[in-house]
Amino acid sequence: MSAAPSTAQLSPSAGAFVIAVGAAIAFGAVPLLGFDYLMDAVLTPFLALALAAVGLNLLTGYAGQVSLGSAAFLAVGAYATYNLHLRLPQLPLLVDLVLAGLIAAAIGIVFGLPSLRLRGFYLAVSTLAAQFFVQWALTKFGWFSNDNPSGVIDAPVLSVAGFTFTGPAGRYVFSLSVVVVATFLTLRLLRAQSGRNFIAVRDHELAAKVIGVPLLRTKLLAFGVSSFLIGIAGALWAFAYLRTVEPAGFNLDRSFQILFIIIIGGLASLRGAFLGAAFIVVFPLILSRAGAALLGGVFDSGVLEMSQRIVVGALIIAFLIAEPRGLIALWDRLWRAVTRPAAVRNT
Amino acid sequence: MFDYQFLIEVLVGGLLSGVMYSLVAIGFVLIYKTSGVLNFAQGAMLLFAALTFVSLLERGISFPVAFVITLAIMVVLGVSVERAVLRPLVNQPPITLFMATLGLSYVIEGAAQLLWGTQVHGLDIGISDVPLDIAGVFISRFDLFAAAVAGSLVALFALFFRYTRTGLSFRAVADDPFAALAVGLRLPRVWASVWTASGIVALVAGLLWGARLGVQFSLSLVVLKALPVLVLGGFDSIAGAIIGGLLIGAIEKLSEVYVGPLFGGGIEAWAAYVVALVLLLVRPSGLFGQKLVERV
Repeated sequence: MSAAPSTAQLSPSAGAFVIAVGAAIAFGAVPLLGFDYLMDAVLTPFLALALAAVGLNLLTGYAGQVSLGSAAFLAVGAYATYNLHLRLPQLPLLVDLVLAGLIAAAIGIVFGLPSLRLRGFYLAVSTLAAQFFVQWALTKFGWFSNDNPSGVIDAPVLSVAGFTFTGPAGRYVFSLSVVVVATFLTLRLLRAQSGRNFIAVRDHELAAKVIGVPLLRTKLLAFGVSSFLIGIAGALWAFAYLRTVEPAGFNLDRSFQILFIIIIGGLASLRGAFLGAAFIVVFPLILSRAGAALLGGVFDSGVLEMSQRIVVGALIIAFLIAEPRGLIALWDRLWRAVTRPAAVRNT
Repeated sequence: MFDYQFLIEVLVGGLLSGVMYSLVAIGFVLIYKTSGVLNFAQGAMLLFAALTFVSLLERGISFPVAFVITLAIMVVLGVSVERAVLRPLVNQPPITLFMATLGLSYVIEGAAQLLWGTQVHGLDIGISDVPLDIAGVFISRFDLFAAAVAGSLVALFALFFRYTRTGLSFRAVADDPFAALAVGLRLPRVWASVWTASGIVALVAGLLWGARLGVQFSLSLVVLKALPVLVLGGFDSIAGAIIGGLLIGAIEKLSEVYVGPLFGGGIEAWAAYVVALVLLLVRPSGLFGQKLVERV
């Protein structure tokens, strides 16, 4: 999927070639060459966050409904998968995953109901209700975490049809496959009538209503599909990346992180979700290396965390001011400059 | 046998803690009214102000001097926010501005803790928290003091809005920014002063909340308590912020005591949101908010 961005400007056969090469690298070379640290600490969290960002981007970027409760749906996905696996062991893992996504979607639709009457800030504030309610419920009721006193759950082994995905490479390939399939399906959805309905509702609700877009169905579909994707992302985050989860890991900061990914990456762009997620995952690593190299001992973890907050916050503001379309717009411009230098000079 | 005295005690306690919510909410309303921005960074400003003040105190600076210095810093902050964030984003949709203030809150929180450290500071503003016994109902002295401060702050703002030229220009901008521009009001200057004003509110609220909870990172989360207050009262009404705060405070405490046990307690975190949501379904612009007129 790292190659997907270029397909728009290429001929179909060349596009297919780029995708094939990308797939060969992502599925073949990376796991076979065994960059364990890279897969465990960078690629797997990147994939989970990217999928969550795809989900939120569908809701916020395409359908224009701002949500501050993404982490709640991550948590629902993670805990639902855990409980399905624990309580219905006869179900295969993939079915667990899809069911967990559906549970997240159902809860997303419930919390999406206010969107029928509320807009903008009022809606953003009301999605916070999901955030607090879900976190409270998961900590409060021991059933969700199988009565673990601190609400922590341990990950099951990922196995599909007798094949187990263990080790960094296995978990990475598992996440990659899930994310590729989910992203592909989302792309299909967005390119169909429903995707155009999302954009119509975002751009002008009244006009959309006039030309016959069913507002109720469109908004609830956006909330449902978005929560479905975020729920699956939550399961990946919990079981492929961290392998142990507690409700506190899905706090408001995580919701903001996903919102920041789509702002930095680019609203209403699936490629933007991936770029933004890559940035959010890689940036702290670079910052800590750079900080340690420049400042030495002064740059401890506390300073790192704070300077990270400052830089991320400043970047959000900078992007909103200078390039509201995000990293993806920069990428496209760069790509055009490389492939068609003359065209850029003329425009 | 229903214990009415206990009910009254819970109710009064709730109302008084609601005053503290109102205090935070007023900072939001000031900015929303005049610039149409829901300033998520209000909580971060509160933390920043309280942390700066406490750190100055701990460095041996006397109370009034520290207050003046912090005030000056909040003024600088307000002016620079207008310069760096609001001015370049003029004419953008409100939700973009909201996201910008989200980023701003990260910057301010990070800067505050990078400058002054992340440890918890105690803050003693010289009010004892010995409960006052009024006709058998115990009322916290500190809460009463906080309510008095909030009340006088609101009264001051009311006078300011009514009788000063700056206050008048605030109202003009809130009423119709274009007309205000047309008669020659300087929008950037109004915005800078309104951010300064809400910085001052943040300082006062920060000191009161800091004395109550200790000055630490979680102070910035007070903003999350203020949001349902805003939703309930309407984003653009100071009266709404006060009444919303009182209502939320009372509902929170009452539901925690009387409804909470049904769910096993701890419902304070979301009860206010649920109440606000239910109200929104009936009145989408809050109790006192202006009706949204949608233009085609």
